[in-house]
Amino acid sequence: MGRYYLSKLGQALITIVLVVLVVFTLLRFMPTTGYFSKEEYKEMTEVERNAYLRSIGVLDPTLVQLKNFVVKLFQGDLGRSITVYPKSPITEILADKVKYTVLLNIFSLILSYAAGLSLGVAMARYKGRLVDHLGTVYVVAIRSIPSIIILFFVQVGLSKLLDLPMMFYIDRPSSWILPVLSLSFSSIAGTAIWLRRYIVDEENRDYIKFARAKGLSQNYIMVRHVFRNAIVPIAINFPSDILLLISGGLITESLYSVPGMGGLLIQSIRALDNNLVQVLVLIFSTLSVFGVFLGDIFVSFVDPRIKLTADPQ
Amino acid sequence: MNESSGIQYNDLPDELFTAAGFSEQTAEEVGFSNYSYWRSTLRTFLKSPLIRVMLIVVAALVAFTFLYPMISDIDPYSVSLSASDWNQPISAEHPFGTDGVGRDIWARVWYGTRTSFILAAVVAVMQVGLGVILGSIWGYNKRLDWLFFGIYNTITNIPSTIYLVLIAYIIRPGFWTIIIALVSSGWITEARWFRNRILALREADYNVASRCLKTPMRRIISRNIVPRIMSLIIMDAALTIPSSIGSEVFLSFIGLGIPTEWVTLGNLVNQSRSSFTVYPFQMLCPTAILCIITVSFYIIGNRFADASDPKNHV
Repeated sequence: MGRYYLSKLGQALITIVLVVLVVFTLLRFMPTTGYFSKEEYKEMTEVERNAYLRSIGVLDPTLVQLKNFVVKLFQGDLGRSITVYPKSPITEILADKVKYTVLLNIFSLILSYAAGLSLGVAMARYKGRLVDHLGTVYVVAIRSIPSIIILFFVQVGLSKLLDLPMMFYIDRPSSWILPVLSLSFSSIAGTAIWLRRYIVDEENRDYIKFARAKGLSQNYIMVRHVFRNAIVPIAINFPSDILLLISGGLITESLYSVPGMGGLLIQSIRALDNNLVQVLVLIFSTLSVFGVFLGDIFVSFVDPRIKLTADPQ
Repeated sequence: MNESSGIQYNDLPDELFTAAGFSEQTAEEVGFSNYSYWRSTLRTFLKSPLIRVMLIVVAALVAFTFLYPMISDIDPYSVSLSASDWNQPISAEHPFGTDGVGRDIWARVWYGTRTSFILAAVVAVMQVGLGVILGSIWGYNKRLDWLFFGIYNTITNIPSTIYLVLIAYIIRPGFWTIIIALVSSGWITEARWFRNRILALREADYNVASRCLKTPMRRIISRNIVPRIMSLIIMDAALTIPSSIGSEVFLSFIGLGIPTEWVTLGNLVNQSRSSFTVYPFQMLCPTAILCIITVSFYIIGNRFADASDPKNHV
């Protein structure tokens, strides 16, 4: 039984090492202008710039830089921002940002699972009826239209229609509504359409027909058999969703000027802040690998068969 | 046995019977059904009026974007110096109006759509092509599993937006940057998908049956495997188009898209966003065209996927 968890943990650790190596190596190709603030770059000569780059260690071999980065990471030092918040330690910047992103995303997580699961169940229950068709239109729209367009019209349209603020203010709860909604749209669509499909697939299984023939009530069958099995593939994403609360929506945070992590990545890209981009990208990728690992663990509790088939004892 | 009832078969005279003999034609007829995979797929696919309308719309749009530069001499880049040409409303002369520096939005939309189509087509061909080739290699060589699964786990574990942003940040923003970013992360998912399809197809009951009946391999490949793979390729290519166009719009929003001097749908939508409250048509028109394209391709791709599955054939 422990073997299943150990092998999953091993896989996750290997993947994290690989991901960090790949991302870190790719980041070595960042434009070197991103290590200077604008004024510094203008004032320095070519020779001075090179000397500066050497002094901060970005001309060292990749592995040496990675070693330095990891050593500093364990000392709780993520380096300093260059252009976005000149010279401030990145740990401080993140500590300040992370709370808004997490708060917003907790609300959005609750909303998207509540709405997504109910929509999915409703679509499967009334298959081929109006709810199902409307739900399908919603899902197709969300999945085929670029999200920036949808989110922009939601921002402009709903703020006018419902008289809500168009920007995010920390102290005005009403300004939180639209960002939370925007963060939830696409996950509602994802959860709903997959759940519908799993329920429909599950309902045609023989054991469900058998349960019906035994005379079990429709509700009992739905809750204890169909839903229990259909929820498994949805549950596997749940831990990832929680961990990625921190990454937030790049677009949403940027549209509503939320002072959070997703908006920060976009800001640091626009300002060419290499250190900040590096830290954020590494954080987001490590978190998502870890999320996949936790998903495997979590799903083995929801569906014990997975663990049993993976390690026969 | 009751001898008195029923016919005594042995007593029937031989003249009532004729030997069937061997007829090549009837033997062939038994051997083949007139089921044709492509005919059934197309019939199922085209049955829906929605699909027929969408196909016509998409074909017309594609044709028009490529013909437009030939039939019109309006320069989408030409800036007007007189303020009276700026922010013009919709008129016969400017069907979509003009933007803040007097450029004709109708012309810009068609040039932009063309860039986006070319981008999406290049991505589709490269990504699906690589996916099919590497997926087949993977499917037929179990020994390569560790390599491909390693790559797969590494790439798919990084959120695709982050990867896209990372590549676009490292390489100078441009047309080919977007292509490289999309293809270098997308190929492995395609390869894995095709690997699974090929494995499933090889072991599918009807192919096992064909092999047992000593159907020549050539025939199994040409009649059973290639048509199915071809339809998967078409469907997959159709579905990558809306996502590539969407990625271009996304990258252009965060400032890592194709340089703003180029006309693309992403640039058009994002540039007109700031003036939306004052001149809504400057954004609505390009957005409408963009949505028609992405929604149509998405629906066409999905419906084709359903139609190409032999289980749905009548």
